[in-house]
Amino acid sequence: MQASSKTPNDVSYLEYQGKHKGLWKWILSTDHKRIGLLYLYSMMTLFLVGVTLGLAMKFELIAPGKTIMEAKDYNAVFTVHGVIMIFMIVIPGLPAVFGNFMLPIMIGAKDVAFPKLNLLSWWVYIAGAILVISSVLFGDGSPDTGWTFYAPYSFKTGSNMLPAIFGAFVLGFSSILTGLNFIVTIHRMRAPGMTWTKMPLFPWTLYGTAWIQLLATPVVGITLVLVALERIFGIGVFDPALGGDPILYQHLFWIYSHPAVYVMILPAMGAISEIIPTFSQKHIFGYKAIVASTLAIAFVGYFVWGHHMFTSGMSGTAQYTFSILTFLVAIPSAIKVFNWISTMYKGSINLQTPFYWAAGFIFVFMIGGLSGLVVGALATNVYLHDTAFVVAHFHFIVFGGVGFSFFGAIHYWFPKMFGRMYDATWANIGWLIFTTGFLALYSPMFYLGMQGMPRRYYDYLEEFHAANILSTLGSWVMTLGLIIILINLFRSAKSGPIAPKDPWKGKTLEWTVPSPPPLENFDQIPEYHEKDGPYEYQ
Amino acid sequence: MENEKHHIVPYRVYAIVLLVLVVLTFLSIAITDIELGSYTVVGALLLASIKSSLVLTYFMHLKFDQPYIRIMVGFVLAVFIAVVIVTFFDYSFR
Ligand code: HEM
Ligand SMILES: [Cu+2]
Repeated sequence: MQASSKTPNDVSYLEYQGKHKGLWKWILSTDHKRIGLLYLYSMMTLFLVGVTLGLAMKFELIAPGKTIMEAKDYNAVFTVHGVIMIFMIVIPGLPAVFGNFMLPIMIGAKDVAFPKLNLLSWWVYIAGAILVISSVLFGDGSPDTGWTFYAPYSFKTGSNMLPAIFGAFVLGFSSILTGLNFIVTIHRMRAPGMTWTKMPLFPWTLYGTAWIQLLATPVVGITLVLVALERIFGIGVFDPALGGDPILYQHLFWIYSHPAVYVMILPAMGAISEIIPTFSQKHIFGYKAIVASTLAIAFVGYFVWGHHMFTSGMSGTAQYTFSILTFLVAIPSAIKVFNWISTMYKGSINLQTPFYWAAGFIFVFMIGGLSGLVVGALATNVYLHDTAFVVAHFHFIVFGGVGFSFFGAIHYWFPKMFGRMYDATWANIGWLIFTTGFLALYSPMFYLGMQGMPRRYYDYLEEFHAANILSTLGSWVMTLGLIIILINLFRSAKSGPIAPKDPWKGKTLEWTVPSPPPLENFDQIPEYHEKDGPYEYQ
Repeated sequence: MENEKHHIVPYRVYAIVLLVLVVLTFLSIAITDIELGSYTVVGALLLASIKSSLVLTYFMHLKFDQPYIRIMVGFVLAVFIAVVIVTFFDYSFR
């Protein structure tokens, strides 16, 4: 590595004038920090579309029978909502935004290993998003299969499936490129002295995640290609009428999509593992156990996909094998929870917005995780599969887990990213309203599912009415919280008070550089000296 | 890095590998003429695995790389094999 460089490192990455002007300065930038913000803004936009669709569904369900849309429209709405939220928000999620922005800084590097490839993955992401959205705008009927594209319906339905399937395929490439980039970056570009066991935990989770992105995503890619070929040429891999096997589709889809839920949650856990020691001003409890459990989750997560298929008609042997394997993943997840709690124990807790989000994360993540065990058990699953219970489960885990962690991370790293502080009072009010709405929106679905209300229907029996009203009201409260949070952040990014280098007294490397960081992060690549690891608090 | 050795592989080796790949391709077509029942898939996968390991070792230079890269590829292979085995918990017991 060269010791110093001639590039102007006295302006921040936000002010830096490269070759290009205006918008081009952003969308052609290979600076990992700008790419992180590109992802942030694109994902926020798509997220608001997804939220609007979610609100539309909840409005439809405020009363039995038709409220604002027909059955067919409801099917299209939950499909597009799911595809956007899963493939465009939570899968790229924290790696694309905070991974890009923070990973190089946290490991003491000037950028990722392949900056141009990094920019390419954003462009590929946008291309995929446009393809999916085009399936709604053109052709005859929006996709209506659910985000899971189950065969044989996905090649039998008359709706406009091909652009959506192809879009999901393209989005996969973006994921693979980011994963590859991060693996090489972490192997090759850690600062001198930063051994594997001194690397902060967020980069560690990005590392585990990157391997899943790299190995599992191609499976769904090929599977989607097969569905497309089936639709166009009728080749008969999944079509039972041609001797194919529709359950094979479910295997292939979930071989990717279960590991994909760990692509979502691992970096979320990583961000929480950064926030908690900082706001407890205490060494993280059980660093090595957290790292080991990260890798264990990534590994065991490959072998549990069948728990989505208990009622699909697969063999009994497979059913109980998958049920046992599923219970195994709960162990490393629980280890992490105990570590976070032990970190807080006897710490000097600093009650700030990121800490509230992290505490909220632990709460909703535990409800989501424990309900996962309920559906992971073979006997109860048969009863609860395809009911609202499942919808509650994955929203607690995915929205509660990844969403809370994302909001925690943005409130944690915001001063670093934008060089300004946000209004803490409004941020806390936003958190409170959001959390209240969240619980009101999704908790009733546990009850509804247990009472037997199926998911993915625009209508329901009168006996489910009361709980559904509560849930819909919750969606409005939560949206109010969301609006407060977003307005507060936008206003603060423009005109908040100037942030110091290290507003939270954090110990990882990103708090040693100016806020916002200069173009190349460090004038001089830091030598990493911390004696026992990245979280040495007194 | 500095102390890495650069291997020059003679063209002859590449040519032989290419030839073997072509032969194996024809073999995998020929084998479909034999009635193997459910072992058809096993046969096809076996031939494909031999081919891809040849590509990995020679064309992608795995043979001349540092051991840790080989370990990583081996690990990936192990995961892949395990996934296939677990899938057959369904197909062999239906
Ligand atoms: C205001 C925000 C949200 C609301 C009101 C909402 C509401 C809903 C509703 C009502 C359903 C359909 C239930 C049914 O099948 O009948 C649903 C499904 C789903 N949601 Fe959300 N949701 C929101 C946010 C999110 C977020 C942030 C994610 C991802 C992180 C997400 C992922 C999903 C997925 C994957 C499905 C399943 C789609 C399917 O199976 O077809 N949602 N949501
Ligand atoms: Cu799963």
